[in-house]
Amino acid sequence: MTGSPSEPYDLAVVGAGPAGLAGAVTAAELGLSTVLLDASGRPGGQYFRHPAPGLGATRPGALHHDWPAFTALRRRLAASDVTHLAHHHVWTVTRRAADDWTVHALTGPDGDDGKPVRIRARAVLLATGAHERHLPFPGWTLPGVVGAGGAQAMLKAGLVLPGRRVVVAGSGPLLLAVASSLTAAGAHVPEVVEAAGYLGYARHPRALATNPHKLVEAAVHGTALARHRVRLRPRSAVTAVHGTDRVEAVTVSRLGPDWRPLPGTGRRVPCDALAVGHGLVPQTELATGLGCATRRTPDGTDALLLDAWQETTVPGLWAAGETGGTGGWQLARVEGELAAVAVTARLRARPGLTTGRRVRDLARRRDRMRAFAEAMAAAHAPGAGWTGWLTDDTEVCRCEEVTAGRVREAVDDLGARDARTVKLLTRAGMGWCQGRMCGAAVAALAAAGRPDGAVPPSPARRPLAVPVPLAALAALPEDPDGPDGPEDH
Amino acid sequence: MPLSNSPDVIVVGAGVVGAACAYYAARSGLSVTVVDRGPVAGGTTGAGEGNLLVSDKEPGPELDLALLSTRLWRDLAAGLPDGAEYEAKGGLVVARDAARMTALRAFARSQTAAGVTAQEVPADALHDLEPHLAPGLAGGFLYPQDAQVQPALAAAHLLRASGARVRTGQEVTAVLTGASGEVRGVRTRAGDLHAPYVVNAAGTWGGEVARLAGAHLPVLPRRGFVLVTEPLPRVVRHKVYAADYVADVASGSAALQTSAVVEGTPAGPVLIGASRERVGFDRTLSVEALRRLAAGATELFPVLAGVRALRTYAGFRPYLPDHLPAVGADPSVPGLLHACGHEGAGIGLAPATGLAVARVLTGDEPPLDLRPFDPGRFTGVTA
Ligand SMILES: Cc1cc2nc3c(=O)[nH]c(=O)nc-3n(C[C@H](O)[C@H](O)[C@H](O)COP(=O)(O)OP(=O)(O)OC[C@H]3O[C@@H](n4cnc5c(N)ncnc54)[C@H](O)[C@@H]3O)c2cc1C
Ligand SMILES: Cc1cc2nc3c(=O)[nH]c(=O)nc-3n(C[C@H](O)[C@H](O)[C@H](O)COP(=O)(O)OP(=O)(O)OC[C@H]3O[C@@H](n4cnc5c(N)ncnc54)[C@H](O)[C@@H]3O)c2cc1C
Repeated sequence: MTGSPSEPYDLAVVGAGPAGLAGAVTAAELGLSTVLLDASGRPGGQYFRHPAPGLGATRPGALHHDWPAFTALRRRLAASDVTHLAHHHVWTVTRRAADDWTVHALTGPDGDDGKPVRIRARAVLLATGAHERHLPFPGWTLPGVVGAGGAQAMLKAGLVLPGRRVVVAGSGPLLLAVASSLTAAGAHVPEVVEAAGYLGYARHPRALATNPHKLVEAAVHGTALARHRVRLRPRSAVTAVHGTDRVEAVTVSRLGPDWRPLPGTGRRVPCDALAVGHGLVPQTELATGLGCATRRTPDGTDALLLDAWQETTVPGLWAAGETGGTGGWQLARVEGELAAVAVTARLRARPGLTTGRRVRDLARRRDRMRAFAEAMAAAHAPGAGWTGWLTDDTEVCRCEEVTAGRVREAVDDLGARDARTVKLLTRAGMGWCQGRMCGAAVAALAAAGRPDGAVPPSPARRPLAVPVPLAALAALPEDPDGPDGPEDH
Repeated sequence: MPLSNSPDVIVVGAGVVGAACAYYAARSGLSVTVVDRGPVAGGTTGAGEGNLLVSDKEPGPELDLALLSTRLWRDLAAGLPDGAEYEAKGGLVVARDAARMTALRAFARSQTAAGVTAQEVPADALHDLEPHLAPGLAGGFLYPQDAQVQPALAAAHLLRASGARVRTGQEVTAVLTGASGEVRGVRTRAGDLHAPYVVNAAGTWGGEVARLAGAHLPVLPRRGFVLVTEPLPRVVRHKVYAADYVADVASGSAALQTSAVVEGTPAGPVLIGASRERVGFDRTLSVEALRRLAAGATELFPVLAGVRALRTYAGFRPYLPDHLPAVGADPSVPGLLHACGHEGAGIGLAPATGLAVARVLTGDEPPLDLRPFDPGRFTGVTA
């Protein structure tokens, strides 16, 4: 069987979003034996989510003007020889050689069906996407506060609205998309509160002008929002949430250029839900665990460092999509395709594959979209003053219930200067989410103690990408010839 | 350009050992500056488990150091805020079969003669101590002196309590020496720091710091993985491990040797550790190490089978060829002291190490015989 110890797959793709899907179908079409693993039950990833069958949603595409592109990918997947393994949660990837990889996954909707699998492959493409960045604020733990991406996902997956009157806040181009989905689904969005100024885009006119699709997208959102009388509030942030059992109102404050809230500018906006997010953080732990280098993105996240052919700094491991930096679904798809071409060229020793006109064209589009993405990221980079809206009793790490005050104590009294030390001294980031929720905030608070105040790079160190039952670990086959050698007692 | 206010002593390394050296030196009236290239507890201390053990040590110099440390930790814990999470929980060592029980009994008897408290626990009483322990074990020994701290917190609190000046983020790039080879201070990227004494508490990197001073100390890394579970109600009350562990510590083999040491923590997660292998400074995950840890833990506590591991981390124990730390004056560089190479026991051995270093610095009688820890033992030159 392909993928068994005796016959590994040519390529294992982790993540079935636009990047992974495009990578898998392209590789299969080029003749590679390919396996595609994804934690969720259906392909599509973050953007092309669709309602579970049986929810009565007959036209998921109604939420999407890009749906046809996804249907095309799905059709290619169905027609291909790709082995699609849904509900496979990859917890680690290990490497014996540049062409000898093992992907370890737990199976079942929640990864707990007790049948862990190992899949061998000669190359790996990581397309694990990103997760939302959260910057906490007083009251963010109140029911009714949801992630902007989460709200969008809820809409797409189950068509549920987080509330009737929803303030959308945070920073980044996704806020407009979220606001327009919410209004399209019948919610009232009184305000979109954006911490950055949109003027930031103007600094990158070239990147904008060469990405007409993005402009069309913005215009679509813009007109939809105007029609629904949604007010755009740039240079502002939600600095407090009011309500006892759930959100009743939020305070919106004006921000200075470094995002420090300007005293006395708070306005109360009644609402019954708040959708908030500050862009996306590349999900890179499977790669960083293998030693892949990262780069700092203009908006302060750590993305995988990739070469022109999407290969990471660890030979044999490729990445595409948001793992290399946020950039939208089209960039993800193009990168997936490029990576598949590069893998095939390597495994089949066909360097000619990478010099064709179509491939050069793809690479050019990739570069253009990346440049645009970086420009957007720069415009939405959190200002250093945002921690000014955290009161000492604001909970920063929700899993371990660590407040901003305790993090500040670790910095001021115990000498912590980075997120890892704060974690060791306060437990912030040690809980269920492993710092995915609080990581950005903890890093920013810790940086306050550094002479330059800058947040040092802190790529994800999560050797277990998902929680693994001890029984699953204990049941792994013994590996006497493994890199560790035999036990000798 | 020298930085102002020269201290009496510079400690290189802000791990638990450096923190303990700073603490006892400051208490002896010396002014202390601690320099670390990273943050506080950013080295192996931040990757250790915090067991303060006497149970795993055979009679000899390391056990003497551990017994003294056990007393010192108790005193320290009373003086530090409860932030250090000190817990005198006791260790329970179990034997899988009659042969191992016999070996364990002989081992415990020899330890008792050296001052360790060890109480035999018959097979049918094991479950009174640890209700979730697997059935069918041959018996065990309870070691009430075994305790635990949270290493990073302990180091940070010790450092703060010492009142020492702490310079983090400053790598020592040279050890400054005078005309007759005596120590004059250290060079960092931020400038020169002068002091008549320098303590090398650089843990696994102690060999490099020694080299900067022209001294020789063959410290090498020995990797270990720890598995951490999701938070649980207290299912494990003591530090529990199987008797084979004893054999691992002293073994000189290069292969991975994993024994399941299982313990609960005040915060809820169960810690399982730690593997031992010599692979240099390689941080990549060893699935085989995790398998052995998980297999060992679930064998001792079958209830853990369905429990999920949330994270794992690796650290590099500083070891010397004879598995004893180097504590005391360097034989060839006047003013240079070493306090490193504590392998898998540095958290436990830190206070006694710190106290001994302080006594050497002030010229007082050390609290125990330091000859077995003589840093000169690897060069043939003795202090
Ligand atoms: C609210 C919101 C609105 C957006 N709006 C737009 C828009 O209007 N236009 C636009 O271009 N882009 C938009 N995006 C961005 C778009 O979603 C991403 O650019 C795109 O999904 C990236 O594709 P990807 O393949 O890199 O990752 P993803 O689509 O995120 O796919 C990653 C996949 O990897 C899987 N995975 C992750 N880790 C593991 C693991 N350990 N084991 C197994 N599987 C794993 C996940 O289940 C997921 O299916 C939006 C995103 C959000 C959150
Ligand atoms: C997995 C694992 C589990 C363990 N469990 C236990 C246990 O349960 N109980 C126990 O007692 N021990 C345990 N240990 C061992 C223990 O962690 C170590 O012995 C101890 O932390 C060593 O402390 P240290 O202060 O000597 O070294 P470190 O904590 O490594 O400190 C040395 C410091 O020196 C700094 N440094 C190095 N070079 C320079 C330079 N040139 N300039 C400036 N600074 C420098 C480093 O940045 C570092 O912070 C464990 C170790 C591991 C890996």
